[in-house]
Amino acid sequence: MTASSTPSGHSAAAPRLQLSGISKSYPGVVANSGIALRVQPGQIHAVLGENGAGKSTLMKIIYGAVKPDAGSMAMDGQPVAVRNPQEARALGISMVFQHFSLFDTLSVAENVWLGLDKRLNLAEVSRRIVETTRAYGLQLDPARPVHTLSVGERQRVEIVRALMTNPRLLILDEPTSVLTPQAVENLFVTLRTLSQQGCSILYISHKLHEIRALCTACTVLRAGKVSGACDPRAETNASLSRLMIGAEPPALVRRVVKTGDIVLEVKQLDLAREDQFGVDLSQVALQVRAGEVVGIAGVSGNGQRELLYALSGEDTRAASGSIVVKGQGVGHMSPARRRRLGLHFVPEERLGRGAVPSLSLARNLLLTRKDSVGAGGWLSIGRLQAQARQTIERYQVRCGGPQAVAKSLSGGNLQKFIMGREIDAGPALLIVSQPTWGVDVGAASQIRGELLKLAGAGCAVLVVSEELDELFEICDRLHVMAKGQLSPSLPRADATVEKVGLWMSGLWAPAPAAGSAA
Amino acid sequence: MKLEMRPQPSSFWAYASPVLALLVTVAIGIGLFMALGKDPVKGLQVFFWEPIKSPYALGELLVKATPLLIIALGLAVCFRSNVWNIGAEGQFVIGALAAGGVALLADKTTGPWIVPAILAAGVGGGMAWAGITALLRDRFNANEILVSLMLVYVADLILNFMVFGPWKDPAGYNFPQTRTFDAVTQIPRLMPGSRVTIGIVLALAGVGALWLYLYRTYAGFAQEVSGVAPAASRYAGFSSRRALWVALLVSGGAAGLAGALEVAGPIGQLTPYVPAGYGFAAIIVAFVGRLHPVGVVFSAILMSMFYIGGELAQSRLGLPKSITGVFQGLLLFNLLACDTLIAYRFRLFESKPLSPSSQGAR
Repeated sequence: MTASSTPSGHSAAAPRLQLSGISKSYPGVVANSGIALRVQPGQIHAVLGENGAGKSTLMKIIYGAVKPDAGSMAMDGQPVAVRNPQEARALGISMVFQHFSLFDTLSVAENVWLGLDKRLNLAEVSRRIVETTRAYGLQLDPARPVHTLSVGERQRVEIVRALMTNPRLLILDEPTSVLTPQAVENLFVTLRTLSQQGCSILYISHKLHEIRALCTACTVLRAGKVSGACDPRAETNASLSRLMIGAEPPALVRRVVKTGDIVLEVKQLDLAREDQFGVDLSQVALQVRAGEVVGIAGVSGNGQRELLYALSGEDTRAASGSIVVKGQGVGHMSPARRRRLGLHFVPEERLGRGAVPSLSLARNLLLTRKDSVGAGGWLSIGRLQAQARQTIERYQVRCGGPQAVAKSLSGGNLQKFIMGREIDAGPALLIVSQPTWGVDVGAASQIRGELLKLAGAGCAVLVVSEELDELFEICDRLHVMAKGQLSPSLPRADATVEKVGLWMSGLWAPAPAAGSAA
Repeated sequence: MKLEMRPQPSSFWAYASPVLALLVTVAIGIGLFMALGKDPVKGLQVFFWEPIKSPYALGELLVKATPLLIIALGLAVCFRSNVWNIGAEGQFVIGALAAGGVALLADKTTGPWIVPAILAAGVGGGMAWAGITALLRDRFNANEILVSLMLVYVADLILNFMVFGPWKDPAGYNFPQTRTFDAVTQIPRLMPGSRVTIGIVLALAGVGALWLYLYRTYAGFAQEVSGVAPAASRYAGFSSRRALWVALLVSGGAAGLAGALEVAGPIGQLTPYVPAGYGFAAIIVAFVGRLHPVGVVFSAILMSMFYIGGELAQSRLGLPKSITGVFQGLLLFNLLACDTLIAYRFRLFESKPLSPSSQGAR
């Protein structure tokens, strides 16, 4: 038992982790200010907050990866100073990061070995991996190279690596963002087992329902400060949301769907991968009509990226007739020509793809909008500025004006600007990838509202997202993408988390009847 | 003391960094003169006062600044597009060779039309030489840095072959050089008694043209995006192949033009000494000038001072001429170091580490 291995001399009632007065500021931003936090042994403690509320900074401070400006930390009642992650691990603190830190070319066992005591040899490490995975009901083959693993399996490697250090405190940073609903359920089972054995868990997330299902205590951060502490089991989504952003997001107005002609039709689209870590598209078929919102669910890396490249025109290898926009085969057309047909696209990477980081917002308009380009390719700077100012005002983009460079904006504000740029073009078809990825709750609901308004005005909208909640909220129909293939269409009324979750693993039955029986 | 990331890049240091780099270079220069047992005041005078103290000296300054400026303007387009043409020297030589070939056609009966023809040949030669690099990059994805650099040596060998072989002046006492070009081929001079030609006017016109292209045209915008954000360029639908060709043809054409102005201007014949390193020095000029059309003007003049100062240091102070290269290199390295300040700043005191004992103190 890990709990019994604590050094003698403190009372059993001392909290596993106690933070007081933790502050950290970066130039221009206060990430943490006077934060207090208390985690009991065996507790699953949620740290809830919007993007930019200071959750990740706080966790890095606990893990020794970031040095705080002020404050103190105690474990089991004993003051400690964690200067680096090695010291954190020596104290029994382990962390699973949001972004994985695995070497693709090495095997699972070799990756785990890298973070462990060097006296062990590889065979012993493999044996202990098998033991650990068996103890927690995880499945993992130590000999497999990491590049053959799915994202969920990679996360399992990270978790196993953390478990093998026998942690007394495990920190998980947004662990479910890449998992299917079923994989999330499996993860929760593992975490509950761990907590029963006395390991404390700090669980960082902005997903309210997960926190209510898993955690027994919750500390809410807003703008770097603790804005509340509660027992999440006794709260509702609305009350947690109030603690997190200070207000409830406005409810979206449901609308009567009036669909028109088919605007986008994809027929038997086959496309070989462009780079070696890509996914081959196989027999992708879908239709989007004017006025409807169609969603594509699925875990990233299942062909969404490749499909979007083919749809936007960034990849022009698709057969001409396999992608039809308003009756015209566009497979070989450049993005600029597709835009003239009314196809506009908002990519998931905002900096570097949707916008040029080092250029002003005004000049970034020029990427997809040619309203201020005159005869002979001369730019009208006045008109460009005015257009940028208009977009900024209409979509409430918080920034330093049309001259602000794109990289000076927060993710949410830049996304509002890019969405505004494409919506103002009056598209016949808008394709959006991860519309609210990394965007705070307020901006996210504004963006979803804009999408629904656009569809209401008769635009065909295709949304690719990892967030099931979001898709259920705005879409009329859903497809699921798995392993380069697209599921049949599913009306929202028939879509349940279980069913879509099953489909995310590629398990959709050929006939709908068989699917519902499963 | 530690380096700390700025919340956003400093616009002050974006302009102040070249100035600081120059000051550091001067400081190291003073140390260098003292270590060599020379009077540092005299040394600095040779580099920074002699080149501007008389109208004649100023003229010579402009003669050397002209090719540097023209080449650097072309390279600014190229580097902004993230295409690394290191072989402007070779394009300069081929431009000079083509221009020289046209100039050799002139005789007593030739009209003044020969001058535009010489300039056009220079531009064409430079473009063709840079075009080889563009073609290999486009077709075979060959690294443009290596290809353009190696083509410099090929260009030098072609020049040597021509002046040692077919184009050698029969009445030249077997010296490896062509006959001096006819007077009609001479690039018109701005004023009598000075060696400054209309080249400087062309260069300044280039400054204006580049500014308009970069900041006032859609094509210039597309070119820049292809350099700073290739994914955004693909997203917008700008052709990356087009950007590659434009970048190399513009910089090659500019270098070729500089070569033509040089051989039909101050030199007046082809010799093995046509390559004077302008193509390499212009890389430094372009970066010290922040790849900005106006900034390049100042850095071209500065670099020209180093050239003249180096020659004067040889005759006046008995220092080797390679001191020019030392100063050029120092300036570039100092600039790269000073550029750190754009994105970072120094903090004198480190924040106190977290420990239980420090808690009471706070």
